[in-house]
Amino acid sequence: MGIATSVLRSRAVAALASPHGVDRYLELVNPMWAAHEVRARVVDVHREVDVPGHPPVATLTLQPTSTWRGHRAGQHVQVGVEIDGARRTTRVFTISSPESRPGDRFTITLRANPEGLVSRYLVEQARPGTMVHLSQAQGEFVLPDAVPERILLVSGGSGITPVMSMLRSLQRRTHRGQVTFLHYAQSPEHQIFAAELDEIRRSGHGIDVRLLHPELGDPALSPAYLERLVPGYRDVPTWACGPAPLIEAVQRCYDDSPALRLEYFKPPKVAGSDAAEGDVVFSRSGATGANTGATLLDQAEALGLKPESGCRMGICFSCVSRKSEGTVRNVLTGEESSLPDEDVRICVSAPVGDCTVDL
Amino acid sequence: MTATQDRPTTEAPPAPDATIFGRLGPEQLEAFGEEMDAIRQRVLADLGEADAAYIRNVVKAQRAFEIAGRALFYLPPAWPLAVASLSVSKILDNMEIGHNVMHGQYDWMGDPGLSSRMYEWDNVCPSEQWKYSHNYIHHTYTNILGKDRDIGYGVLRMDEDQPWHPYYLGNPLYAFLLMVFFEWGVAMHDLEVENLVAGKRKIEENRALHAGIMRKVKRQALKDYVLFPALTGPLFPLTFAGNATANLVRNVWAFNIIFCGHFPAGVATFSQEECEDESRGQWYFRQLLGSANITGGKLFHLMTGNLSHQIEHHLFPDLPARRYPEIAEDVRDICERYDLPYNTGPLGKQLFSVAKKICRLALPDRRTKEESPVAEQDAAVAA
Repeated sequence: MGIATSVLRSRAVAALASPHGVDRYLELVNPMWAAHEVRARVVDVHREVDVPGHPPVATLTLQPTSTWRGHRAGQHVQVGVEIDGARRTTRVFTISSPESRPGDRFTITLRANPEGLVSRYLVEQARPGTMVHLSQAQGEFVLPDAVPERILLVSGGSGITPVMSMLRSLQRRTHRGQVTFLHYAQSPEHQIFAAELDEIRRSGHGIDVRLLHPELGDPALSPAYLERLVPGYRDVPTWACGPAPLIEAVQRCYDDSPALRLEYFKPPKVAGSDAAEGDVVFSRSGATGANTGATLLDQAEALGLKPESGCRMGICFSCVSRKSEGTVRNVLTGEESSLPDEDVRICVSAPVGDCTVDL
Repeated sequence: MTATQDRPTTEAPPAPDATIFGRLGPEQLEAFGEEMDAIRQRVLADLGEADAAYIRNVVKAQRAFEIAGRALFYLPPAWPLAVASLSVSKILDNMEIGHNVMHGQYDWMGDPGLSSRMYEWDNVCPSEQWKYSHNYIHHTYTNILGKDRDIGYGVLRMDEDQPWHPYYLGNPLYAFLLMVFFEWGVAMHDLEVENLVAGKRKIEENRALHAGIMRKVKRQALKDYVLFPALTGPLFPLTFAGNATANLVRNVWAFNIIFCGHFPAGVATFSQEECEDESRGQWYFRQLLGSANITGGKLFHLMTGNLSHQIEHHLFPDLPARRYPEIAEDVRDICERYDLPYNTGPLGKQLFSVAKKICRLALPDRRTKEESPVAEQDAAVAA
């Protein structure tokens, strides 16, 4: 940390800049100056895959402010963009580059989701020079400092980004152990990082790269297949990331083995189920509806409310609201909680029976 | 602003009608409410880049005045300029930025620097407490006697229906003191000292509020009365006095603008019974009758934080204030069509009217309710 940064973060400067904070002044001079907040300038936008008729995928290289504390392979970051120069919208994206140190450049790789304001903006409109707002890197789905000899990385679709960061970090760390990299995709033409993966596959170094396309006849994920590939896989440290069906398949293969670490890149869909009972009351707005079984955020939005929200997957805590009574189920873990006056992430909490939320 | 009174005004202000809600039938009230809702929807749908650019420019200007003001204290001959600069900074920060941002007018931008949940203003009143007493109590129960503590702020007699007490002989003096120490008055507002004295509130209820106020007061005092003066070395006393003056200028300005919002003659107050089971149309109606505007140019409106459009602000407290002038045209048109009063006038006229009320209400009522307001005022002035 430089002298300038230490001074800017000092209590004396904070007292002088009170009540607004020093960043509110620095940003007016240069958006890349910050003492506490993290922002980044886009320095490169690279199209990874651009298949006509399918949403394009791009890798953005970001130069963060000096306040960026670096990241561990597998972590994600909240990226906020100002759409039409006015409305800041924030979503979470996984970092695809190998682990970074404070102030280092890093990349995010994302698909322009047709309904996603932020991902479409980043892939289709962001240019070198565009400024974005960041959080620090977050997430516990990371490689440990001491990497085990034998590891297995499983991913599906866009879930490849965090394990790609892990794979790249392993290479940079000159990991000498045995790595199995298993990736499921729709078809070879949708494959992101194809050239790089091919290169890794051919270069050896104990990394076994397998790109599988079950729709084209490749074997689906099963205990038998895993056993053949990685004997005794249940005890091999494994990182898996992908859509809910893949994660559920992986979970079935591992029977609660502590060796398995998971990350959803999209929470399992909780469609309205017939089993849902009771009423949901949003007390501050007075809106009430029959419980549809969907998450509180979805139900609030269906009633016309606009609660604050960010990642919509339980990561960023932007949507935390006070549940004054009732039971909610965490749609990621299935855990139920009935504590009164509890702060819950409404994007991953679905009511079980009657429920009242302070919104 | 203690204001002396010399002669009665020739023109009688419109009388606050005791049965004011009777002016519109239930159906008319509903239609009136719907027209107001339509204005709101139209503006909401149109919010965007221009509004964002506007508030960001105001913030930039405020920060520039602030930095210029702090810097100019190093040049003793520029002292008046430094004070003026810092005063403008504080006025912009408190009024066009702080007050409006804390109303949530810019929450749709998603910018934490302009979010009602996070904004803290350059003022000794903690924003958290302000949002409760102002956004909730005052804006919900506007001008309802016994509910809206902004009627006289628990210190002054600003309405005939507040029973007279010899204490109120000091009305003009209290108003003067409140003007000079306005930010402190605002900070203490939530402590409800008058209710403590009356035994309606326990001192324990204030403990948490007290801690919040002290935290904010310490920060503000440290900055304005210790650190910045100390940074100017031997000029410490000059900078200290300059900062105090800037705070005073802001206090006097804010007090005067705010008192013109609800206290000029012709602004109605309401009883709790009148407002029971109020409909949305009625709520709009009450906001309209309970507020008054000040006429002026663009710069004037900016410096008042657009509280010169108090009527529009009370009708639509969470719409960006820069929209009030355009909204005002529609509101006046609606008022004409429904034959409703729209209280507005130049600053001098509104201030005079407020000063007169402060003085008149210092004295006990001499008149019975039947007499015309003109006679009542003449008598009060003559007394």
